[in-house]
Amino acid sequence: MSFLSNILTGVSLGSIYAIIALGYTMVYGIAKMLNFAHGDVIMVGAFMCFFATGRYGLPPLVSVLLAVVVCTALGILIEGLAYKPLREAPSLAVLITAIGVSYLLQNGAQLLWGADTKTFTPIVSGSLSLVEGRLNISYVSLLAMACCLVVMVCLTLFTSRTRMGKAMRACSEDKGAAQLMGINVNSTISMTFAIGSALAAVAGVLMCSAYPVLSPTTGSLPGIRAFTAAVFGGIGSIPGAFLGGILLGIIETFAKAYISTDLSDAVVFAVLIIVLLVKPAGLLGKYVPEKV
Amino acid sequence: MKEILKVTDLNVNYGAIHAIHGVSLTVNEGEIVSLIGANGAGKTTILHTITGLTKAAGGSVLFGGTELLATEPHKIVAMGMAHVPEGRHVFAQMTVTENLEMGAYFRKDKDQIEKDLADVLRRFPRLKERSRQLAGTLSGGEQQMLAVGRALMSHPRILLLDEPSMGLSPLLVKEIFTTIEDVNREGVTILLVEQNAKMALSIASRAYVLETGSVVMEGEGKAMLRDDNVRKAYLGA
Repeated sequence: MSFLSNILTGVSLGSIYAIIALGYTMVYGIAKMLNFAHGDVIMVGAFMCFFATGRYGLPPLVSVLLAVVVCTALGILIEGLAYKPLREAPSLAVLITAIGVSYLLQNGAQLLWGADTKTFTPIVSGSLSLVEGRLNISYVSLLAMACCLVVMVCLTLFTSRTRMGKAMRACSEDKGAAQLMGINVNSTISMTFAIGSALAAVAGVLMCSAYPVLSPTTGSLPGIRAFTAAVFGGIGSIPGAFLGGILLGIIETFAKAYISTDLSDAVVFAVLIIVLLVKPAGLLGKYVPEKV
Repeated sequence: MKEILKVTDLNVNYGAIHAIHGVSLTVNEGEIVSLIGANGAGKTTILHTITGLTKAAGGSVLFGGTELLATEPHKIVAMGMAHVPEGRHVFAQMTVTENLEMGAYFRKDKDQIEKDLADVLRRFPRLKERSRQLAGTLSGGEQQMLAVGRALMSHPRILLLDEPSMGLSPLLVKEIFTTIEDVNREGVTILLVEQNAKMALSIASRAYVLETGSVVMEGEGKAMLRDDNVRKAYLGA
């Protein structure tokens, strides 16, 4: 039974990683940049929910909506102020800027809300007891899995069926040709940041509900793990981020359960290295030779 | 004849390199105008500058009275100018139908788009057979047809074609040029960039010869085919 319970824990943790990884991968697909500040947007989302529900007692659904709205705006703002001016700049400059934005958000949060660790009020509590109490699964875990599934289905439909979604795919393939079709590449990039940041807000609330501690650096490690998940699944690929996230959650949980809690990150990254040695583009990624 | 496109004293720099030196050219409504010249003469750069893929350093590009150099690039296609870039640039990971739909991206008239899609598939039966296939799996000739079809989906008044014959078999080159003439007869003005000077001149009403970023000669297409200098430099005779 503990094996099954580990699987469930892994999948729910992986669902959160997957939601974060989708943001990484979509932004990478369109803007061809790694937005290292993505993890810190998670933290901002969690703080919004922390204040709204924990301090002011607003209903959880309202807090989540607030977190989503604030993070969406923040994502658009970051893209417009920090990344847009660097559209023609070398990718190293953009990468370093992203790291700078990440620190800016962390230090800004520290300044505004203090560096101490806060106790997060979960948006749902309690757990479901199955098989005569031998298998327990928290409602937060169930919610995480449900959210991940809904997000995945919605994004797939969005990119395959809608005009905007198709424009996004066109931009990620060929910006010049997309522009010739009349697609506003800049606003498509902004929209991608908006979607990714909205997802980060949801992930932040879920994560802090599952593991109820919150500090300005809360987003950084899950952000890196989710980035790993995106690379693991094939960066730029939406199903890849989903698969990578779930697998990463399961591997991490199993490493904690059967190997060592302290070594879990090492195991996760060892698996990543092995996968990349065998499949450099990740599990579902397509290897595209760099055009010279 | 009514001018549809007027390029005046266009200058383009690539970093420190002065790529286009004061190029002026005119395209009249209903014409096929060819721009020929050796590799690196600046033909593609001129097209890229007209549709905003490359920034100009100076000059003017008037399209139906609007200054394109001051227009946001993504708004140009809705004004009636479609550009089929060199190397086709179809969206490889999208299906043939999706590629054609992207050509009509800015349009809102859904019913008419459906009709135009059917028209394009009638014009290129091979695309119809492959309409659900990913564009990346098409042959070079089919991709060229798709790129032209995608441009036609925008209902252009003028079509800019960049090296449509590149990499195609002689048979396919003939087919593409026949298509270009058909499209022109249906009322679309054509600005054609080609290395295949013989084909380009034979269908052109007028032509410009470009050398290292400057126009060195202009005239009627048929007359240029007989011109000794052109024959020696570009027709291998």
